[in-house]
Amino acid sequence: MANTDFLLQFQEFEDDQGFTENNQGATTVTIDDPIKSRKQRKATGTSFEEEDNDDKTELLSGEKKSPPFWTFEYYQTLFDVDSHQVKNRIVGSILPWPGKNFVEVYLRSNPDLYGPFWICATLVFVIAISGNMSSFLVNYGQPKFKYVPDFRKVTMAATAIYSYAWLVPLALWGFLTWRNTKITCLVSYSFMQILCVYGYSLSIYIPAVILWIIPSEGLRWCSIVVALCLSGSVLVMTFWPAIREDKPRITIAITSTIVILHALLAIGCKAFFFSTYELDHTEPLTTKAINNNSSINAN
Amino acid sequence: MAEVEESNKPLFAGLSDISISEDIPVEGDISVPVGSQNTDNDFSTLDEPVKDTILRDLRAVGQKFVHVMYPKKSSALLRDWDLWGPLLLCVTLALMLQGGSADSEEDGRPQFAEVFVIIWFGSVIITLNSKLLGGTISFFQSLCVLGYCILPLTVAMIVCRIVLLGGASVVSFAVRLIVVTASFSWSTFASTAFLADSQPANRKALVVYPVFLFYFVIGWMILTFSPSQ
Repeated sequence: MANTDFLLQFQEFEDDQGFTENNQGATTVTIDDPIKSRKQRKATGTSFEEEDNDDKTELLSGEKKSPPFWTFEYYQTLFDVDSHQVKNRIVGSILPWPGKNFVEVYLRSNPDLYGPFWICATLVFVIAISGNMSSFLVNYGQPKFKYVPDFRKVTMAATAIYSYAWLVPLALWGFLTWRNTKITCLVSYSFMQILCVYGYSLSIYIPAVILWIIPSEGLRWCSIVVALCLSGSVLVMTFWPAIREDKPRITIAITSTIVILHALLAIGCKAFFFSTYELDHTEPLTTKAINNNSSINAN
Repeated sequence: MAEVEESNKPLFAGLSDISISEDIPVEGDISVPVGSQNTDNDFSTLDEPVKDTILRDLRAVGQKFVHVMYPKKSSALLRDWDLWGPLLLCVTLALMLQGGSADSEEDGRPQFAEVFVIIWFGSVIITLNSKLLGGTISFFQSLCVLGYCILPLTVAMIVCRIVLLGGASVVSFAVRLIVVTASFSWSTFASTAFLADSQPANRKALVVYPVFLFYFVIGWMILTFSPSQ
């Protein structure tokens, strides 16, 4: 009788404080006040305006678990950006600001695939269209030249740009991950973030390519140098925190590889798509173009 | 344990006394909705002449053409979507852009397959893009809208070919430029009118830009078309 009464009656447990006092090895988890953490981030960050949307997505993304990569929802999380966020990311990739790391400031933990994909697509079509237009303009006065739109430029440009935008980040991520096993580094980027940075850094080439329609060599080289300086410095400043703790030889090697590959893309596109006027022309401009091409081929 | 059962028994003993009184009327009617005869008529289109079948589809396509040319906020394109119209327009455009003969060795002009692939592949990618950005429109509805909005560009292609019959001069180029620009902006505006409602408000620009790029590329292909002599 007493046994069943004991089972049926409600039992009070001991107070929690007695529990934790006895257990010295217990770990306690405190959840930060969201307002406090936002203020902390403001204090350590830079002095530009912060959008609440970015903060909210940062907080929320820490709590939701990512869906598996074979579902549609996983790819929806990669397109979780608004118009003004994309605009800010493009502006941030064009104008390098010392101290503002692109990944920290603009991407946070929300890299997107919209920007890289559509910037590459725009660049492909702009290169093809500008290449056709420049060859048309150069050969305009000649009677025996008949303008035929060259559609193969689109496929070639697409192959070149997309392989640059996907393979170089893959190689860089693999290399950085391998170095992370040798030296511990505070900053490590995920593959999506590196992909995002490279995609947005190609956006400066769109106005540069439009400028290449004008058949003036000086203007073309000038625009290449300006575009390269701007986006190259954004890239270098982004990856500097990840590689500065390494041996200086490796640091210099990675930095120069990034810049050289970026330059090679621009110069390669220019040489391949915009040098069609050396075929029939007899002006001295032609010899300069041939010299440029031969010097590029010799590299 | 037996004591527990004994203590439980008095609780449930009264249930057997509860009975439903016969005074509560039960009302309502049980009937099977008789619609089967109507649906039988709708599905048995095997008996009608072939002309009726084809004309019904053509009339639907033509009605959607009218909706595209005067883009009001109607949902006819979205409600009953079909892909006949886009196929017709795409094949017409690709045939006209092909130009006919491939005589010159440097023939880089777009082939039929290239134009076809660009239009369909481009539509699929734009649809995927709008769905990934959180759009509520379905896959085939979006394909239908994008395909039907190529109609102004096809009309511009026909006009350009007629203009080019008179020779390729600066005047004809200016005329073609105006026609293609007008039809390209008409296409973009028409498709935006149908697609923009299904997107969240802060992402409309992200969805409209690929549509703009798509029609711009098609317009470029039309503008730079030059017939082979």
